[in-house]
Amino acid sequence: MAETTEIRWHGRGGQGTVTAAKVLADACLSGGRHVQAFPEYGPERAGAPLRAYNRISAKELRMHCPVLAPDVVSVVDATLLDSINIAEGAKEDTVFLVNTTKEPKEVREKLKAGAGQKIFTVDATKIALDCFGRAMPNSPMLGALCKVTGLITLDHLLEDVRKSFGKKFAQKVIDGNIEATKRGYEEVREG
Amino acid sequence: MAKVVAVTGNEAVAEALRQVNPDVCGIYPITPQTDMMQRYASFINNGKVDTEAVLVESEHSSMSACIGASAAGGRVVTATSSTGLALMWEMLHIASGDRLPIIMPVVNRALSAPLNIHGDHSDAMGARDTGWIQIWSENGQEAYDNTIQAFRIGEHMDIRLPAMVCMDGFIISHSIERMEYLEDAEVKKFVGEFKNLHPLLDLDKPKSYGPLILTDLFHEYKRAQHEVMTKVKGVVLEVAGEFEKLSGRKYGLFESYRLEDADIALVILNSAAGTSKDVVDAFRDRGIKAGLLKPRLFRPFPYEEVAAALKNTKAVCVMDRADSFGGYGPLFMEVSSALYQLRNRPALINKIYGLGGRDYLPSHAELVLNELDGIAKGGKINVFKEYIGVRE
Amino acid sequence: MKAKGWKDLPEGSVVLEGGSAVKFKTGSWRAFRPVWKEENCINCLFCWVFCPDMAVKVKDGKRGEFDYDYCKGCGICELECPGKKGQKAIVMIEEGK
Repeated sequence: MAETTEIRWHGRGGQGTVTAAKVLADACLSGGRHVQAFPEYGPERAGAPLRAYNRISAKELRMHCPVLAPDVVSVVDATLLDSINIAEGAKEDTVFLVNTTKEPKEVREKLKAGAGQKIFTVDATKIALDCFGRAMPNSPMLGALCKVTGLITLDHLLEDVRKSFGKKFAQKVIDGNIEATKRGYEEVREG
Repeated sequence: MAKVVAVTGNEAVAEALRQVNPDVCGIYPITPQTDMMQRYASFINNGKVDTEAVLVESEHSSMSACIGASAAGGRVVTATSSTGLALMWEMLHIASGDRLPIIMPVVNRALSAPLNIHGDHSDAMGARDTGWIQIWSENGQEAYDNTIQAFRIGEHMDIRLPAMVCMDGFIISHSIERMEYLEDAEVKKFVGEFKNLHPLLDLDKPKSYGPLILTDLFHEYKRAQHEVMTKVKGVVLEVAGEFEKLSGRKYGLFESYRLEDADIALVILNSAAGTSKDVVDAFRDRGIKAGLLKPRLFRPFPYEEVAAALKNTKAVCVMDRADSFGGYGPLFMEVSSALYQLRNRPALINKIYGLGGRDYLPSHAELVLNELDGIAKGGKINVFKEYIGVRE
Repeated sequence: MKAKGWKDLPEGSVVLEGGSAVKFKTGSWRAFRPVWKEENCINCLFCWVFCPDMAVKVKDGKRGEFDYDYCKGCGICELECPGKKGQKAIVMIEEGK
């Protein structure tokens, strides 16, 4: 990965997208890295499309504006592929990670992705339903992102998920999210 | 030993206030400050601080409560944004006129109308003539550091003035960034015990605040208030020096970024300064001598020092995230006043950007630096004041 | 007293002592002066209550003489005085007469 990794998340209000960006920033602090995590703020409505951003860098981060040319685009809700241009500002080698039941090849065709752009898919909603019974795909998406970017080790991420979710949730929910994060890491597919 | 964390600007400032542990805090919510005071209220309710929370029905009341508590002899804080600061306006003058060192983080947000919750500087700029010290912060780290230093500056026995610490709403207040916290004990030692001056609750020495003073002495009181402002710069630098020893982080009256040999320069406040620095670097890589000046102390404004820092440049653009309708942007007016005293002045233009939280992008900085490069090479100025990033 | 310059002022216009109103004599404002007629006084102390300054002196609960340094001649004491048998214990007379 380059010196600075810029990530753009696309989700809908209530799916834990902003939390995912926050957990990722926290987990990436290790090794003296600089991190940013920030959502695009507006009226906060469940179901409304939203964006969130991460920057992870070995250098001090001074840029205080949205990520315009993302290295990674993480789509937490596949229905957004039909309603907004998730490839906006994408570079030749941008990595796309999409929560969908579809094959990576289908997503590649839909996005008309270039040869240098990598496409990954994971059925994060199903994993979340299996692991803790709620359609909150953020933890499996984090696991998948961890695998795809190599920004942090899975163990380190799991520790951070435990810490972040531990503040708010019961042990059963935490365990479910840990399991979901692991499965996201294992089940993400490239194509 | 510093603790490295990934937190929002609001969280960082709430943490700074917790570490200082003031006596009284006036609390009234307003976006985007709400989350800061909510966190602080949790500290109070969880017994992490000894602060007495005064929950009020408006910002006017909040500042009034702070004035009373400060005159009584306590170390006092509050925080606000936007229309909340505007509603305090009357009381802001009383806090400074009474020389009460109240410390107030201001999470910068646009003023209505139209109603907008996002970051620009029209709130604090509207309060620039209220007699408060104003310290501006680029990011959460600076907001945290400036909050801690503000106590030492405002409470200094030669100063005794209220101070606001400004940071950009949402862009900084709600964004998570890496920052370093000082240890509780270090902060406690740095800010020291609060020493009150003329406390009302010293019942053995009765005194009165807020007398009626007419033509006989009012002019003299304002002259004295002007005098104390002239001493602030020295105290800011002294406190910054001590803070650097503690934290390793250097602060001044403003930040000079690659200005020493610069031909062209931006003068810009807060978060947009960070974005601009990356663009300045890109221009330097292309061989264009660009630089940047980011004011930190806006009130009192360091005119001589700013003039000295810009005196060798050929063209400067002052970027304002607020407008003084019918005038230039408020920062432009200060820089312009500073430069007038120079025999050889750079060309000076004013751009208004980012109102109501409109994104300030690297492309905006590029546009302006390219224009400055043209002016520096002998091109003429087409328009002195102009909105950028605006749809025609 | 010489008027103070700006360097001599206390921070924030705070009045640093209690009871400083005693230094502010309002007696020169007076055009009419109240005169106390002890024979008509029932010692109700209404004059003491109503006096906006501190011109009515009371000692050991007994009405005493006026302190004209603090009397601006407003006449409220005369107005409020119930007197005795229709005769006021305070009457206003023009200064200089």
